[in-house]
Amino acid sequence: MRIFQYLINGISIGSVYAIIALGYTMVYGIAKMLNFAHGDIIMVGAYISFCVTNYLGLPAWASVLAAMAVCTVLGILIEGLAYKPLRGTPSLAVLITAIGVSYFLQNAAQLIWTSSPKNFTSVVTMKPISLFDGQIVITGEVLLTVGVSILVMVGLTLFTSKTRTGKAMRAVSEDRAAAQLMGINVNRTISTTFAIGSALAAVAGVLLCSTVPTLMPTTGSMPGIRAFTAAVFGGIGSIPGAMLGGILLGIIETFSKAYLSTQFSDAIVFSVLIIILLVKPAGLLGKQVQEKV
Amino acid sequence: MAMKTLLKNKTTRTNGITYLVVIAVFAVMQVLNGAGLLGSSVKGYLVPICVYISLAVSLNLLVGICGELSLGHAGFMGIGAFSGIVIAALLQDTIPNDVMRLLCAMVGGGILAGVVGFLIGIPVLRLRGDYLAIVTLAFGEIMKNIVGNLYAGIDAQGFHMAISTSKMKLGEGGKYIINGPLGATGVQKLATFTMGFVLVLFTLFVVQNLVNSKEGRAIKAVRDNRIAAESVGINVTAFRMKAFVVSAFLAGMAGALFGLNYSSVTASKFNFNTSINILVFVVLGGMGNILGSVISATVLYVLPEAMRGLQDYRMILYAVVLIVVMLCTWSPKFKEKLSIVSEKIKSLFWGLFKKKEAGTNE
Repeated sequence: MRIFQYLINGISIGSVYAIIALGYTMVYGIAKMLNFAHGDIIMVGAYISFCVTNYLGLPAWASVLAAMAVCTVLGILIEGLAYKPLRGTPSLAVLITAIGVSYFLQNAAQLIWTSSPKNFTSVVTMKPISLFDGQIVITGEVLLTVGVSILVMVGLTLFTSKTRTGKAMRAVSEDRAAAQLMGINVNRTISTTFAIGSALAAVAGVLLCSTVPTLMPTTGSMPGIRAFTAAVFGGIGSIPGAMLGGILLGIIETFSKAYLSTQFSDAIVFSVLIIILLVKPAGLLGKQVQEKV
Repeated sequence: MAMKTLLKNKTTRTNGITYLVVIAVFAVMQVLNGAGLLGSSVKGYLVPICVYISLAVSLNLLVGICGELSLGHAGFMGIGAFSGIVIAALLQDTIPNDVMRLLCAMVGGGILAGVVGFLIGIPVLRLRGDYLAIVTLAFGEIMKNIVGNLYAGIDAQGFHMAISTSKMKLGEGGKYIINGPLGATGVQKLATFTMGFVLVLFTLFVVQNLVNSKEGRAIKAVRDNRIAAESVGINVTAFRMKAFVVSAFLAGMAGALFGLNYSSVTASKFNFNTSINILVFVVLGGMGNILGSVISATVLYVLPEAMRGLQDYRMILYAVVLIVVMLCTWSPKFKEKLSIVSEKIKSLFWGLFKKKEAGTNE
């Protein structure tokens, strides 16, 4: 019975990683850049939600919407001001700029909300479900995160395969120059991608802080790194890959904490990542692209 | 005559300038220090600056010259730091001379980091680009995690090491050197500015000579076009491995000096953020530009410290400076504007100069 409980916990935290990883994967697939500030957008989203519920007294759903709105605007602003001028330059230059943006967001948050941790009240009010005389407990947060992550994955898959904007995104990801020749507005497509990624980050932030209730300016960075490894793990650029990678990472983390060692859980998680990448260098569901000479 | 031909050689000249800048700065600092003009806070920066210069130059070998993005440089630094501390503690009675002990610790730390670099390099260097970056990131986190849970101590029976408190049994009079998450405590501060200077010179010597050698040209060929390099018979993996191990070795030496500069060091000091900071030094200084790394490591280390007076605003300012500098140096639009401005200044300057010349002719 114990093992099922761990599995459920793993899937729950893994679903949060999955939502963050989806944002990473979309931005990487289309803009071909590692957006290191993604983790900090999660943190901003969580703070906005916290402020809306605690200071304005609005219901939880309104706080999530507000967080999504603010993060979308923030994502578009960051992309326009910091990343757009660097389009076409080596990816390392954009990476360092992204790190600069990440520092900026963390320190701005520290100035606005101070570095003392805030106690985030969960957005879920449902009572936990107890099964088998309380041997297995499923909290509302678990149901919500798993549900939302599945919804997001299905939604994104449909969006990229059915809508015009989604198709444009795939075209830009495949070959930016050819897409431009076909009349696709590359800049607008990339901005849209950032907007979607940031909105997802806001959702992830609220879910993350509902599961782990301490909120600090550095809250987003470690889950950000983990979700990034999850995206690579599943094959970066692939939507189902990000989902699979996130959930597997969550399960591995919970199991290694429960059965192997609490202190060495980080080392175990990252070792598994290295092994997977050595066996399948493009990730679990990634496409192996042959280099043309 | 020989001197003249030597100076005509461009690489010799750039290398010479780098050495001269470093030596001149060291001399100035020594004179200022001797005259008692340096505050205690400035004195405290000297060794870390030397450490970060070495780290930046060694990472530049990997990122700039070899073209491999590494996000785990702090991991090697951490290995060097902790093994250096252990070696220095073990040699306490055998080698009474502080400088010799520090040298042994640095070389030992460097060798251990190099060996770990080699072992990691075997599987990791099969990957390329962003995947290599993520694996080095993972490696850095693993190292931090393991070192952060390591216990090492010394007692009458000799040296003990374990990865949990329960397994760690020290005899009477035993002393912890590394105490798990608390890190290394009670470290004897051996590091000196002179040693830091020697380290910087050594790093420059190794990296610059490597870059301008046959090996260095091969490494650059691999960076510029892997397939072409392979087809002219360059053993790509061997050369990447060489660069990786040398870089790890130098980072380990710098780490040992860093560890022996503080009375206590924790593993969390060698985290992802430190790796990223070193990478920022390299990219802002210019990839492949050794002197650039030296200058940017110094300026960017001093900048946040100098802005301490601004308190809460200093890191946010640092972030803004970072973004603006990146935009100014890389963005094609900004570059265009900058070149127009510099052209104007130049023409203004030349205009004045010419007028003066004309004046003297009359």
